[in-house]
Amino acid sequence: MFSSNKIILEAKNISKYFGTITALENVNLSVREGECLGVVGDNGAGKSTLMKVLSGLYKPSKGELFFNGNKEVLDSPRDSQNLGLEMVYQDLALAGNLPIGENIFLGREPTKNLGFLKILDYKKIKEMSEAHLDKLKIHVKSADQKVEELSGGQRQAIAIARATAFNSKLVIMDEPTAALAIKEVGKVLDLINGLKKIGVSVIIISHRMDDIFAVCDRVTALFQGTNFAESELSKTSRDEVIGWIMGKK
Amino acid sequence: MIENKEIKKESLFLKAIPYFDKYGILLLLLLMIIGLHLLQPEVFLSWRNVTNVFKQISWQSMLALGVFIVIVTAGIDLSVGSIMMLSLMVLAITSKAGAPWYVVVLIPLVIGMFCGMFNGLGITILRMPHPFIMTLGTLYIFRGTGNLISGGVPISGFTEEVRLLGNGRIDLTWLGLKESQYLPVSVVLIAIVFFLMWAFLNHTRTGKWIYAIGGNPNAARAAGINVNKILVIVYSLCGLLAGFGALILAGRADSGYPNAGLNAELDAIAACIIGGASFFGGRGTVLGVFAGVMIMGILRNGLNLNDVSAFWQQVLIGSIIVIAVYVDVLRKDLGTRK
Repeated sequence: MFSSNKIILEAKNISKYFGTITALENVNLSVREGECLGVVGDNGAGKSTLMKVLSGLYKPSKGELFFNGNKEVLDSPRDSQNLGLEMVYQDLALAGNLPIGENIFLGREPTKNLGFLKILDYKKIKEMSEAHLDKLKIHVKSADQKVEELSGGQRQAIAIARATAFNSKLVIMDEPTAALAIKEVGKVLDLINGLKKIGVSVIIISHRMDDIFAVCDRVTALFQGTNFAESELSKTSRDEVIGWIMGKK
Repeated sequence: MIENKEIKKESLFLKAIPYFDKYGILLLLLLMIIGLHLLQPEVFLSWRNVTNVFKQISWQSMLALGVFIVIVTAGIDLSVGSIMMLSLMVLAITSKAGAPWYVVVLIPLVIGMFCGMFNGLGITILRMPHPFIMTLGTLYIFRGTGNLISGGVPISGFTEEVRLLGNGRIDLTWLGLKESQYLPVSVVLIAIVFFLMWAFLNHTRTGKWIYAIGGNPNAARAAGINVNKILVIVYSLCGLLAGFGALILAGRADSGYPNAGLNAELDAIAACIIGGASFFGGRGTVLGVFAGVMIMGILRNGLNLNDVSAFWQQVLIGSIIVIAVYVDVLRKDLGTRK
């Protein structure tokens, strides 16, 4: 295990209000390098809001974010991307009509500049994406294959490849196995374990205890917008974690 | 054993799909050309008739190309015919007022681009629920404006420079050809504009983003692409091409007239659909649009040459649209997972 004691992301006393609704109240969270943190909680517990705060989509009403020990204020997801944080969305956010390689580099395509024109460097896109897929041990016929021709699990793998293509340090995944066939779940979980080995930290939001217990090092539970319980994975059990989700200790 | 053979056969068939996808429409075009040639061996492929077809499709092809890039984003532009008419009317008025030729040539392009930008801003900033509604509105607004400023009457007579693109001839006698065998400037123009659009869509980053938006706007947004900005660019470009169409039509007709481009938006959409563009966005090629425009142009020309009634032309074009889209439905069933 690569996991070190270096904390790469820390959220301190995060609160988020939407008008009179309190979505988060004084929530704390930290992730170490190469660590996989599971975030659990019932619907409306504040998991998604917290992830959107971490990725810069929402501004917290109160509280501070630290990346590698430096305090950062995020104005947009671009800011968090520049700090090495990537989101993998539940709906995957891939363009099915484009090939795998172009999806991996969508929005950040390597180009040759011809005056003000940005000419796509197709060769580089193909080479870089295939090298990256190899590194993550993701097997596809070719980076030129269109994403709509892939299975759900392969698409999830491409979404994860996309999130890690630019030396990201931390990947947040929202229900990464929710839409997958059973036999594909294992492959995605293997991929997450592979990310940890190359030093990438992962935060997983999941309802599936199987996922949490297969890949996470630590699990934290939110309940009604607050920190409810947290434990090293080795020191807790499925039943206990399920209890936390329902607000029982 | 027999089963194995069948699987092999099917996979060969499946392998052929992408090629059929890309070049099937060209095959149809080729078959039509051969068929019409056999029906009218003297006339159909004559220099005069071929250049005629190109001259006839010249301005329509500009509208179709504009509508195409909008359709790639899963949008629609119903106002291109009206944009062309308004641009043409302003061109005519400017020309009548005695403005220098370069102003008269530039003005329809500027007007067209601003009309398109107006559509784009309405769709993005006013957050109209669907481009259909915004451009249906501007279909009336632009044509009405064109009639208001011109008084609803034709304005005719432009200078040679203004008419160059639509009516100009490139002499080919230096190649040993007869004087009647000239090359219309509009043919060269179509080639250049289509090539530039192909290069833009396939080899620039903005072009790739246009396809990405059509494929999945949420993915494009999540990738940090400014979707609204790209949409405004796309609709502006569509308007610019309609303005270009006006300039070509000015040359051909030597007149700005109130009915210019009436229902032309439907022809433009039809050409895109026949050429394989998907209404759901993200799919279609510039070559396909060219084939679509050519098929409609050749069909009309061929049927005219064979003395078939214009009513049959409508029935045939409609049938081709339905068949072309049905082929697309079949392709989707075979080619992608759901």
